Amino acid sequence: MLHIKCPHCGLRSQNEFSYGGDATVKRPELNKEVSDQDWDNFVYLRKSPRGKHLELWQHISGCRQWIKVERDTLTHEIFTTLKANEEI
Amino acid sequence: MQKYSVFNLIKNAFKGHKDWEVAWKDPTPKSEYDVVIIGGGGHGLATAYYLAKEHNITKVAIIEKGWIGGGNVGRNTTIIRSNYMHDENGLFSEFGMDLWRNMSQDLNFNVMFSPRGIINLAHSDAQMNTYSRRGNSMRLNGIDAVLLNREEVRKIIPMADFSENVRFPIFGGLMQPSAGTARHDAVAWGYARQADSMGVDIIQNCEVTGFDVSNGKIFGIRTSKGDIKAKKIGLCVAGSTNILAEKLNMTLPIETHLLQACVSEPIKPILDNVVTFGAGHFYCSQSDKGEMVMGGDLDGYNSYAQRGNLPTLQHVLTEGIAMFPFLSKLKMLRTWGGIMDMSMDGSPIIDKTHIEGLYLNCGWCYGGFKATPASGWTFAHTIAQDKPHELNEGYSLNRFSTGHLIDEKGLGTKTWIS
Repeated sequence: MLHIKCPHCGLRSQNEFSYGGDATVKRPELNKEVSDQDWDNFVYLRKSPRGKHLELWQHISGCRQWIKVERDTLTHEIFTTLKANEEI
Repeated sequence: MQKYSVFNLIKNAFKGHKDWEVAWKDPTPKSEYDVVIIGGGGHGLATAYYLAKEHNITKVAIIEKGWIGGGNVGRNTTIIRSNYMHDENGLFSEFGMDLWRNMSQDLNFNVMFSPRGIINLAHSDAQMNTYSRRGNSMRLNGIDAVLLNREEVRKIIPMADFSENVRFPIFGGLMQPSAGTARHDAVAWGYARQADSMGVDIIQNCEVTGFDVSNGKIFGIRTSKGDIKAKKIGLCVAGSTNILAEKLNMTLPIETHLLQACVSEPIKPILDNVVTFGAGHFYCSQSDKGEMVMGGDLDGYNSYAQRGNLPTLQHVLTEGIAMFPFLSKLKMLRTWGGIMDMSMDGSPIIDKTHIEGLYLNCGWCYGGFKATPASGWTFAHTIAQDKPHELNEGYSLNRFSTGHLIDEKGLGTKTWIS
Protein backbone atom coordinates (compact mmCIF):
# COMPACT_ATOMS: atom_id res chain seq x y z
CA MET A 1 0.00 0.00 0.00
CA LEU A 2 1.18 3.53 -0.75
CA HIS A 3 1.58 5.96 2.13
CA ILE A 4 1.17 9.53 0.97
CA LYS A 5 2.20 12.48 3.09
CA CYS A 6 -0.57 15.03 2.64
CA PRO A 7 1.01 18.50 3.06
CA HIS A 8 -2.07 19.51 5.08
CA CYS A 9 -2.76 16.37 7.18
CA GLY A 10 0.45 14.32 7.35
CA LEU A 11 1.14 10.70 6.43
CA ARG A 12 -2.01 8.81 5.40
CA SER A 13 -2.90 5.55 3.66
CA GLN A 14 -3.50 5.44 -0.09
CA ASN A 15 -7.12 4.46 0.61
CA GLU A 16 -7.89 8.07 1.59
CA PHE A 17 -6.78 9.47 -1.77
CA SER A 18 -8.04 9.44 -5.32
CA TYR A 19 -5.76 9.85 -8.31
CA GLY A 20 -5.86 12.81 -10.67
CA GLY A 21 -3.18 12.06 -13.25
CA ASP A 22 -0.21 13.97 -14.66
CA ALA A 23 0.32 17.28 -12.82
CA THR A 24 2.60 18.79 -15.44
CA VAL A 25 -0.17 19.18 -18.02
CA LYS A 26 -1.15 22.84 -18.42
CA ARG A 27 -4.58 23.94 -19.60
CA PRO A 28 -4.39 26.39 -22.52
CA GLU A 29 -4.95 29.93 -21.33
CA LEU A 30 -8.43 31.41 -21.49
CA ASN A 31 -9.28 34.26 -23.88
CA LYS A 32 -6.47 33.35 -26.24
CA GLU A 33 -6.38 31.73 -29.64
CA VAL A 34 -5.82 28.00 -28.97
CA SER A 35 -4.79 25.69 -31.78
CA ASP A 36 -6.25 22.20 -32.16
CA GLN A 37 -2.78 20.83 -31.46
CA ASP A 38 -2.67 22.65 -28.10
CA TRP A 39 -6.03 21.19 -27.12
CA ASP A 40 -4.87 17.77 -28.26
CA ASN A 41 -1.75 18.05 -26.11
CA PHE A 42 -3.76 19.12 -23.09
CA VAL A 43 -6.65 16.67 -23.33
CA TYR A 44 -5.13 13.49 -24.74
CA LEU A 45 -1.36 13.35 -24.97
CA ARG A 46 0.67 12.12 -21.99
CA LYS A 47 4.35 11.33 -21.49
CA SER A 48 3.60 8.60 -18.94
CA PRO A 49 7.26 8.21 -17.97
CA ARG A 50 8.84 5.19 -16.31
CA GLY A 51 10.52 6.72 -13.29
CA LYS A 52 9.83 10.08 -11.65
CA HIS A 53 6.28 11.31 -12.29
CA LEU A 54 4.71 14.47 -10.88
CA GLU A 55 1.04 13.73 -10.38
CA LEU A 56 -2.15 15.05 -8.80
CA TRP A 57 -3.95 13.29 -5.98
CA GLN A 58 -7.00 14.42 -4.04
CA HIS A 59 -7.19 13.72 -0.31
CA ILE A 60 -10.81 12.81 -0.82
CA SER A 61 -11.44 11.10 2.52
CA GLY A 62 -9.44 13.70 4.43
CA CYS A 63 -9.04 17.43 3.88
CA ARG A 64 -10.39 17.09 0.29
CA GLN A 65 -7.51 19.23 -1.03
CA TRP A 66 -5.78 18.48 -4.32
CA ILE A 67 -2.04 17.89 -3.84
CA LYS A 68 0.98 17.18 -6.01
CA VAL A 69 3.00 14.01 -5.47
CA GLU A 70 6.35 13.17 -7.04
CA ARG A 71 6.41 9.38 -7.28
CA ASP A 72 8.46 6.74 -9.10
CA THR A 73 6.15 4.80 -11.44
CA LEU A 74 8.44 1.75 -11.34
CA THR A 75 9.30 1.47 -7.63
CA HIS A 76 6.37 3.52 -6.22
CA GLU A 77 8.82 5.47 -4.04
CA ILE A 78 7.37 8.86 -3.12
CA PHE A 79 10.00 11.63 -3.16
CA THR A 80 8.06 14.76 -2.27
CA THR A 81 4.51 15.99 -1.82
CA LEU A 82 3.42 19.57 -2.37
CA LYS A 83 0.34 21.74 -2.08
CA ALA A 84 -1.46 22.09 -5.40
CA ASN A 85 -0.24 25.67 -5.94
CA GLU A 86 3.40 24.91 -5.14
CA GLU A 87 6.01 24.23 -7.82
CA ILE A 88 8.68 21.59 -7.45
CA MET B 1 8.36 -28.29 -39.38
CA GLN B 2 7.36 -31.34 -37.44
CA LYS B 3 3.58 -31.68 -37.34
CA TYR B 4 1.95 -32.19 -33.98
CA SER B 5 -0.47 -35.12 -34.27
CA VAL B 6 -1.52 -38.18 -32.35
CA PHE B 7 0.60 -40.35 -34.69
CA ASN B 8 3.69 -38.26 -34.04
CA LEU B 9 2.95 -38.39 -30.34
CA ILE B 10 2.82 -42.20 -30.38
CA LYS B 11 5.92 -42.44 -32.59
CA ASN B 12 7.88 -40.20 -30.26
CA ALA B 13 6.59 -42.01 -27.18
CA PHE B 14 8.47 -45.12 -28.39
CA LYS B 15 11.66 -43.04 -28.56
CA GLY B 16 11.17 -41.65 -25.07
CA HIS B 17 10.21 -38.18 -26.42
CA LYS B 18 13.87 -37.39 -27.05
CA ASP B 19 13.64 -36.49 -30.75
CA TRP B 20 11.09 -33.65 -30.78
CA GLU B 21 12.32 -30.65 -32.77
CA VAL B 22 12.66 -27.37 -30.92
CA ALA B 23 9.45 -25.35 -31.30
CA TRP B 24 11.36 -22.24 -32.37
CA LYS B 25 15.03 -21.48 -32.87
CA ASP B 26 17.25 -19.03 -31.07
CA PRO B 27 18.91 -17.14 -33.95
CA THR B 28 21.44 -14.33 -33.77
CA PRO B 29 20.03 -11.20 -35.41
CA LYS B 30 20.93 -10.52 -39.04
CA SER B 31 22.04 -7.02 -40.01
CA GLU B 32 18.97 -6.31 -42.13
CA TYR B 33 15.31 -7.33 -42.42
CA ASP B 34 12.31 -6.27 -44.49
CA VAL B 35 10.20 -5.86 -41.37
CA VAL B 36 11.17 -5.72 -37.70
CA ILE B 37 8.45 -6.18 -35.10
CA ILE B 38 9.36 -4.84 -31.67
CA GLY B 39 7.65 -6.86 -28.97
CA GLY B 40 7.35 -10.65 -28.86
CA GLY B 41 4.01 -10.81 -27.14
CA GLY B 42 0.86 -12.30 -28.59
CA HIS B 43 0.23 -9.37 -30.92
CA GLY B 44 3.83 -9.18 -32.18
CA LEU B 45 4.02 -12.93 -32.81
CA ALA B 46 0.63 -12.91 -34.55
CA THR B 47 1.71 -9.96 -36.70
CA ALA B 48 4.85 -11.80 -37.84
CA TYR B 49 2.83 -14.93 -38.53
CA TYR B 50 0.25 -13.11 -40.69
CA LEU B 51 2.99 -11.12 -42.47
CA ALA B 52 4.46 -14.44 -43.56
CA LYS B 53 1.20 -16.27 -44.17
CA GLU B 54 -0.99 -13.59 -45.78
CA HIS B 55 1.61 -11.31 -47.38
CA ASN B 56 4.58 -13.60 -48.09
CA ILE B 57 6.93 -11.33 -46.17
CA THR B 58 9.27 -13.71 -44.37
CA LYS B 59 12.42 -11.64 -43.91
CA VAL B 60 11.04 -10.61 -40.54
CA ALA B 61 12.50 -10.35 -37.06
CA ILE B 62 10.71 -10.13 -33.74
CA ILE B 63 12.76 -8.28 -31.14
CA GLU B 64 11.78 -9.14 -27.56
CA LYS B 65 13.42 -7.67 -24.49
CA GLY B 66 12.39 -10.55 -22.24
CA TRP B 67 11.14 -13.91 -23.42
CA ILE B 68 8.22 -15.14 -25.53
CA GLY B 69 5.06 -15.30 -23.46
CA GLY B 70 6.53 -13.46 -20.46
CA GLY B 71 4.49 -10.28 -20.79
CA ASN B 72 0.78 -9.67 -20.91
CA VAL B 73 0.06 -12.68 -23.12
CA GLY B 74 1.06 -14.80 -20.13
CA ARG B 75 -0.57 -12.56 -17.53
CA ASN B 76 -4.17 -12.11 -18.69
CA THR B 77 -7.39 -13.82 -17.66
CA THR B 78 -7.77 -15.51 -21.09
CA ILE B 79 -11.23 -14.11 -21.92
CA ILE B 80 -12.25 -13.97 -25.58
CA ARG B 81 -15.36 -12.00 -26.61
CA SER B 82 -16.77 -9.55 -29.14
CA ASN B 83 -19.65 -8.08 -27.12
CA TYR B 84 -19.09 -4.49 -28.22
CA MET B 85 -21.68 -1.92 -29.20
CA HIS B 86 -19.70 0.32 -31.54
CA ASP B 87 -19.20 -0.87 -35.11
CA GLU B 88 -15.42 -0.45 -35.10
CA ASN B 89 -14.95 -2.65 -32.03
CA GLY B 90 -17.73 -5.12 -32.84
CA LEU B 91 -16.70 -5.87 -36.43
CA PHE B 92 -13.00 -6.02 -35.55
CA SER B 93 -13.57 -8.39 -32.62
CA GLU B 94 -16.03 -10.59 -34.48
CA PHE B 95 -13.48 -10.97 -37.28
CA GLY B 96 -11.14 -12.10 -34.51
CA MET B 97 -13.71 -14.62 -33.24
CA ASP B 98 -13.55 -16.41 -36.62
CA LEU B 99 -9.76 -16.56 -36.34
CA TRP B 100 -10.08 -17.92 -32.78
CA ARG B 101 -12.46 -20.66 -33.88
CA ASN B 102 -9.94 -21.97 -36.43
CA MET B 103 -6.77 -21.17 -34.52
CA SER B 104 -5.88 -24.65 -33.23
CA GLN B 105 -6.11 -26.11 -36.75
CA ASP B 106 -4.45 -23.11 -38.35
CA LEU B 107 -1.47 -23.17 -35.98
CA ASN B 108 -1.35 -26.96 -35.51
CA PHE B 109 -1.24 -26.20 -31.81
CA ASN B 110 -4.06 -26.83 -29.34
CA VAL B 111 -4.92 -23.39 -27.97
CA MET B 112 -7.80 -24.95 -26.01
CA PHE B 113 -10.34 -22.44 -27.31
CA SER B 114 -13.43 -22.97 -25.20
CA PRO B 115 -16.51 -21.01 -26.35
CA ARG B 116 -18.29 -21.28 -23.03
CA GLY B 117 -20.20 -17.99 -23.19
CA ILE B 118 -19.86 -14.74 -21.27
CA ILE B 119 -22.60 -13.26 -19.09
CA ASN B 120 -22.56 -9.58 -18.10
CA LEU B 121 -24.85 -9.29 -15.09
CA ALA B 122 -27.32 -6.41 -14.79
CA HIS B 123 -28.39 -5.04 -11.42
CA SER B 124 -31.08 -2.50 -12.30
CA ASP B 125 -33.83 -1.83 -14.84
CA ALA B 126 -31.70 0.89 -16.40
CA GLN B 127 -28.83 -1.54 -16.86
CA MET B 128 -31.18 -4.06 -18.49
CA ASN B 129 -32.20 -1.33 -20.96
CA THR B 130 -28.56 -0.53 -21.70
CA TYR B 131 -27.77 -4.20 -22.24
CA SER B 132 -30.77 -4.61 -24.49
CA ARG B 133 -29.48 -1.73 -26.62
CA ARG B 134 -25.95 -3.18 -26.69
CA GLY B 135 -27.32 -6.65 -27.51
CA ASN B 136 -29.34 -5.27 -30.41
CA SER B 137 -26.31 -3.38 -31.74
CA MET B 138 -24.27 -6.58 -31.52
CA ARG B 139 -26.90 -8.57 -33.42
CA LEU B 140 -27.03 -5.93 -36.15
CA ASN B 141 -23.29 -6.57 -36.60
CA GLY B 142 -23.83 -10.34 -36.78
CA ILE B 143 -22.63 -11.04 -33.24
CA ASP B 144 -24.68 -13.40 -31.09
CA ALA B 145 -26.30 -11.81 -28.05
CA VAL B 146 -29.03 -13.07 -25.72
CA LEU B 147 -30.77 -10.96 -23.09
CA LEU B 148 -31.45 -13.12 -20.02
CA ASN B 149 -33.94 -12.37 -17.27
CA ARG B 150 -33.32 -13.15 -13.59
CA GLU B 151 -34.68 -16.69 -13.78
CA GLU B 152 -32.72 -17.52 -16.92
CA VAL B 153 -29.53 -16.31 -15.27
CA ARG B 154 -30.35 -18.34 -12.16
CA LYS B 155 -30.58 -21.53 -14.25
CA ILE B 156 -27.06 -20.96 -15.64
CA ILE B 157 -25.29 -19.73 -12.49
CA PRO B 158 -27.38 -20.86 -9.49
CA MET B 159 -24.45 -20.26 -7.12
CA ALA B 160 -24.62 -16.48 -7.65
CA ASP B 161 -26.26 -14.45 -4.90
CA PHE B 162 -30.00 -14.49 -5.73
CA SER B 163 -31.16 -13.64 -2.20
CA GLU B 164 -33.70 -10.85 -1.80
CA ASN B 165 -31.88 -8.42 0.48
CA VAL B 166 -28.67 -7.75 -1.38
CA ARG B 167 -27.25 -4.37 -2.33
CA PHE B 168 -27.03 -5.25 -6.03
CA PRO B 169 -29.77 -7.78 -6.88
CA ILE B 170 -29.39 -9.63 -10.18
CA PHE B 171 -32.02 -8.36 -12.64
CA GLY B 172 -30.71 -10.37 -15.57
CA GLY B 173 -27.80 -10.28 -17.92
CA LEU B 174 -26.50 -10.02 -21.45
CA MET B 175 -24.92 -13.21 -22.75
CA GLN B 176 -22.67 -13.78 -25.74
CA PRO B 177 -22.81 -17.58 -26.06
CA SER B 178 -19.93 -17.77 -28.58
CA ALA B 179 -17.48 -15.95 -26.28
CA GLY B 180 -15.12 -17.97 -24.13
CA THR B 181 -11.53 -18.58 -23.08
CA ALA B 182 -8.32 -20.04 -24.52
CA ARG B 183 -4.99 -21.22 -23.16
CA HIS B 184 -3.01 -17.96 -23.32
CA ASP B 185 0.50 -19.47 -23.33
CA ALA B 186 -0.44 -21.83 -26.13
CA VAL B 187 -1.47 -18.85 -28.26
CA ALA B 188 1.99 -17.31 -27.90
CA TRP B 189 3.77 -20.63 -28.45
CA GLY B 190 1.57 -21.60 -31.40
CA TYR B 191 2.17 -18.31 -33.22
CA ALA B 192 5.88 -18.38 -32.37
CA ARG B 193 6.32 -21.93 -33.70
CA GLN B 194 4.52 -21.24 -36.97
CA ALA B 195 6.21 -17.87 -37.54
CA ASP B 196 9.61 -19.48 -36.89
CA SER B 197 8.88 -22.29 -39.33
CA MET B 198 8.14 -19.74 -42.07
CA GLY B 199 11.48 -18.01 -41.59
CA VAL B 200 10.76 -15.35 -38.96
CA ASP B 201 13.67 -14.75 -36.56
CA ILE B 202 12.48 -14.63 -32.95
CA ILE B 203 15.19 -12.79 -31.05
CA GLN B 204 14.72 -12.92 -27.29
CA ASN B 205 16.61 -11.12 -24.51
CA CYS B 206 17.29 -8.25 -26.90
CA GLU B 207 16.43 -4.73 -25.80
CA VAL B 208 15.73 -1.91 -28.24
CA THR B 209 17.90 1.02 -27.17
CA GLY B 210 17.26 3.49 -29.97
CA PHE B 211 15.98 4.22 -33.45
CA ASP B 212 17.68 5.33 -36.61
CA VAL B 213 15.40 8.10 -37.90
CA SER B 214 16.32 10.85 -40.32
CA ASN B 215 14.28 13.16 -42.56
CA GLY B 216 11.03 11.74 -41.22
CA LYS B 217 11.92 8.19 -42.26
CA ILE B 218 12.99 5.20 -40.19
CA PHE B 219 15.97 3.13 -41.28
CA GLY B 220 16.56 0.74 -38.41
CA ILE B 221 16.90 0.14 -34.70
CA ARG B 222 19.72 -0.04 -32.21
CA THR B 223 19.57 -2.99 -29.84
CA SER B 224 21.60 -4.62 -27.09
CA LYS B 225 22.65 -7.17 -29.73
CA GLY B 226 23.74 -4.63 -32.34
CA ASP B 227 22.19 -2.41 -34.99
CA ILE B 228 19.50 -3.84 -37.26
CA LYS B 229 18.41 -2.20 -40.49
CA ALA B 230 14.81 -2.49 -41.62
CA LYS B 231 12.54 -0.87 -44.19
CA LYS B 232 9.52 -1.15 -41.94
CA ILE B 233 9.27 -1.31 -38.17
CA GLY B 234 6.19 -2.22 -36.15
CA LEU B 235 5.86 -1.17 -32.53
CA CYS B 236 3.85 -3.72 -30.59
CA VAL B 237 4.92 -3.38 -26.98
CA ALA B 238 1.72 -2.74 -24.97
CA GLY B 239 2.66 -1.25 -21.58
CA SER B 240 6.14 -0.26 -22.77
CA THR B 241 4.82 1.86 -25.65
CA ASN B 242 5.53 5.17 -23.93
CA ILE B 243 9.13 4.17 -23.15
CA LEU B 244 9.87 3.58 -26.83
CA ALA B 245 7.77 6.58 -27.92
CA GLU B 246 10.03 8.78 -25.80
CA LYS B 247 13.06 7.50 -27.74
CA LEU B 248 11.18 8.51 -30.92
CA ASN B 249 10.27 11.96 -29.55
CA MET B 250 6.60 11.03 -29.80
CA THR B 251 3.92 11.77 -27.22
CA LEU B 252 0.96 9.43 -27.44
CA PRO B 253 -2.63 9.36 -26.10
CA ILE B 254 -1.55 6.45 -23.89
CA GLU B 255 -0.89 6.05 -20.18
CA THR B 256 0.65 2.96 -18.64
CA HIS B 257 -1.30 1.46 -15.76
CA LEU B 258 -1.21 -1.73 -13.75
CA LEU B 259 -3.92 -4.39 -13.89
CA GLN B 260 -4.00 -7.30 -11.47
CA ALA B 261 -5.42 -10.77 -11.75
CA CYS B 262 -5.55 -13.69 -9.37
CA VAL B 263 -6.48 -17.36 -9.12
CA SER B 264 -7.91 -19.30 -6.21
CA GLU B 265 -6.95 -22.79 -5.16
CA PRO B 266 -8.39 -25.40 -7.56
CA ILE B 267 -11.89 -26.65 -6.80
CA LYS B 268 -14.33 -29.04 -8.45
CA PRO B 269 -16.11 -27.72 -11.58
CA ILE B 270 -18.72 -25.15 -10.58
CA LEU B 271 -18.63 -22.36 -13.17
CA ASP B 272 -18.78 -23.18 -16.87
CA ASN B 273 -19.10 -19.60 -18.20
CA VAL B 274 -17.32 -16.31 -17.89
CA VAL B 275 -19.35 -14.01 -15.62
CA THR B 276 -18.88 -10.30 -15.01
CA PHE B 277 -20.34 -8.26 -12.15
CA GLY B 278 -22.42 -5.34 -13.42
CA ALA B 279 -22.23 -3.02 -10.42
CA GLY B 280 -18.46 -2.72 -10.40
CA HIS B 281 -15.55 -4.21 -12.25
CA PHE B 282 -15.07 -7.91 -11.57
CA TYR B 283 -14.92 -10.92 -13.86
CA CYS B 284 -14.54 -14.58 -13.15
CA SER B 285 -14.16 -17.90 -14.91
CA GLN B 286 -12.92 -21.35 -13.91
CA SER B 287 -9.78 -22.76 -15.46
CA ASP B 288 -9.47 -26.35 -16.63
CA LYS B 289 -7.36 -27.00 -13.55
CA GLY B 290 -10.26 -25.83 -11.38
CA GLU B 291 -8.86 -22.51 -10.24
CA MET B 292 -11.25 -19.56 -10.16
CA VAL B 293 -9.60 -16.96 -12.43
CA MET B 294 -10.49 -13.43 -11.36
CA GLY B 295 -9.70 -9.85 -12.20
CA GLY B 296 -11.13 -6.35 -12.16
CA ASP B 297 -9.98 -2.78 -11.76
CA LEU B 298 -6.67 -1.12 -12.52
CA ASP B 299 -4.56 -0.12 -9.53
CA GLY B 300 -5.55 3.40 -10.51
CA TYR B 301 -2.29 5.33 -10.91
CA ASN B 302 0.47 5.28 -13.53
CA SER B 303 2.62 2.23 -12.96
CA TYR B 304 5.31 0.17 -14.67
CA ALA B 305 5.75 -2.10 -11.65
CA GLN B 306 4.27 -5.37 -13.02
CA ARG B 307 3.15 -6.12 -9.48
CA GLY B 308 0.02 -4.99 -7.74
CA ASN B 309 -1.17 -3.37 -4.58
CA LEU B 310 -3.51 -4.96 -2.03
CA PRO B 311 -6.19 -2.23 -1.67
CA THR B 312 -7.28 -2.77 -5.29
CA LEU B 313 -7.27 -6.54 -4.92
CA GLN B 314 -9.41 -6.27 -1.80
CA HIS B 315 -11.84 -3.93 -3.59
CA VAL B 316 -12.12 -6.26 -6.59
CA LEU B 317 -12.63 -9.38 -4.49
CA THR B 318 -15.28 -7.65 -2.38
CA GLU B 319 -17.27 -7.30 -5.59
CA GLY B 320 -16.54 -10.92 -6.40
CA ILE B 321 -17.91 -12.09 -3.07
CA ALA B 322 -21.02 -9.91 -3.57
CA MET B 323 -21.61 -11.81 -6.81
CA PHE B 324 -20.47 -15.31 -5.80
CA PRO B 325 -20.55 -15.59 -1.97
CA PHE B 326 -18.79 -19.00 -2.07
CA LEU B 327 -15.58 -17.28 -3.20
CA SER B 328 -15.04 -16.08 0.38
CA LYS B 329 -14.31 -19.70 1.43
CA LEU B 330 -11.47 -20.12 -1.08
CA LYS B 331 -7.78 -19.61 -0.49
CA MET B 332 -5.88 -17.43 -2.93
CA LEU B 333 -3.28 -19.33 -4.90
CA ARG B 334 -1.55 -16.59 -6.88
CA THR B 335 -1.89 -12.91 -7.68
CA TRP B 336 0.07 -11.02 -10.32
CA GLY B 337 0.03 -7.85 -12.37
CA GLY B 338 0.73 -6.66 -15.89
CA ILE B 339 1.17 -3.18 -17.32
CA MET B 340 -1.56 -1.95 -19.67
CA ASP B 341 -1.36 0.60 -22.44
CA MET B 342 -4.49 2.57 -21.52
CA SER B 343 -5.65 4.71 -24.43
CA MET B 344 -7.63 7.87 -23.85
CA ASP B 345 -10.92 6.53 -25.23
CA GLY B 346 -10.52 2.90 -24.18
CA SER B 347 -10.05 1.68 -27.76
CA PRO B 348 -6.81 0.58 -29.44
CA ILE B 349 -4.58 2.20 -32.06
CA ILE B 350 -3.37 0.27 -35.14
CA ASP B 351 -2.01 2.80 -37.58
CA LYS B 352 0.86 4.35 -39.48
CA THR B 353 2.72 7.18 -37.78
CA HIS B 354 4.13 10.50 -38.99
CA ILE B 355 7.49 8.70 -39.38
CA GLU B 356 7.63 6.87 -42.70
CA GLY B 357 8.10 3.15 -42.18
CA LEU B 358 7.08 3.19 -38.52
CA TYR B 359 3.80 1.51 -37.56
CA LEU B 360 2.05 1.58 -34.22
CA ASN B 361 -0.05 -1.03 -32.43
CA CYS B 362 -1.05 -0.09 -28.88
CA GLY B 363 -3.83 1.08 -26.57
CA TRP B 364 -5.33 -2.32 -25.77
CA CYS B 365 -6.44 -1.40 -22.25
CA TYR B 366 -8.21 -4.36 -20.60
CA GLY B 367 -8.84 -6.28 -23.83
CA GLY B 368 -5.54 -7.16 -25.47
CA PHE B 369 -5.63 -10.94 -25.27
CA LYS B 370 -8.90 -11.52 -27.10
CA ALA B 371 -7.73 -9.18 -29.85
CA THR B 372 -4.49 -11.12 -30.49
CA PRO B 373 -5.39 -12.73 -33.85
CA ALA B 374 -7.36 -9.77 -35.27
CA SER B 375 -4.70 -7.32 -34.11
CA GLY B 376 -1.93 -9.37 -35.70
CA TRP B 377 -3.92 -9.84 -38.90
CA THR B 378 -4.79 -6.16 -39.35
CA PHE B 379 -1.38 -4.90 -38.21
CA ALA B 380 0.30 -7.22 -40.73
CA HIS B 381 -2.01 -5.81 -43.42
CA THR B 382 -1.27 -2.22 -42.36
CA ILE B 383 2.49 -2.85 -42.52
CA ALA B 384 2.47 -4.88 -45.75
CA GLN B 385 0.10 -2.59 -47.70
CA ASP B 386 1.27 0.63 -46.01
CA LYS B 387 -2.36 1.48 -45.24
CA PRO B 388 -4.90 0.32 -42.67
CA HIS B 389 -7.38 -2.43 -43.49
CA GLU B 390 -11.04 -1.35 -43.28
CA LEU B 391 -11.30 -3.32 -40.02
CA ASN B 392 -8.76 -1.08 -38.29
CA GLU B 393 -9.41 2.20 -40.12
CA GLY B 394 -11.27 3.47 -37.07
CA TYR B 395 -8.31 2.67 -34.79
CA SER B 396 -6.38 5.64 -36.12
CA LEU B 397 -3.83 7.62 -34.17
CA ASN B 398 -5.25 10.99 -35.19
CA ARG B 399 -8.83 10.23 -34.11
CA PHE B 400 -8.14 12.04 -30.86
CA SER B 401 -7.40 15.33 -32.60
CA THR B 402 -10.17 14.93 -35.17
CA GLY B 403 -12.76 13.95 -32.57
CA HIS B 404 -13.61 10.52 -33.96
CA LEU B 405 -13.24 8.76 -30.62
CA ILE B 406 -14.48 5.22 -30.09
CA ASP B 407 -15.67 5.73 -26.56
CA GLU B 408 -17.17 2.31 -25.90
CA LYS B 409 -17.35 2.73 -22.16
CA GLY B 410 -18.26 6.40 -22.07
CA LEU B 411 -15.33 7.12 -19.76
CA GLY B 412 -13.98 10.09 -21.68
CA THR B 413 -10.29 10.79 -21.52
CA LYS B 414 -9.59 9.11 -18.21
CA THR B 415 -10.02 5.41 -18.89
CA TRP B 416 -7.99 4.70 -15.78
CA ILE B 417 -10.71 6.05 -13.47
CA SER B 418 -12.11 3.15 -11.51
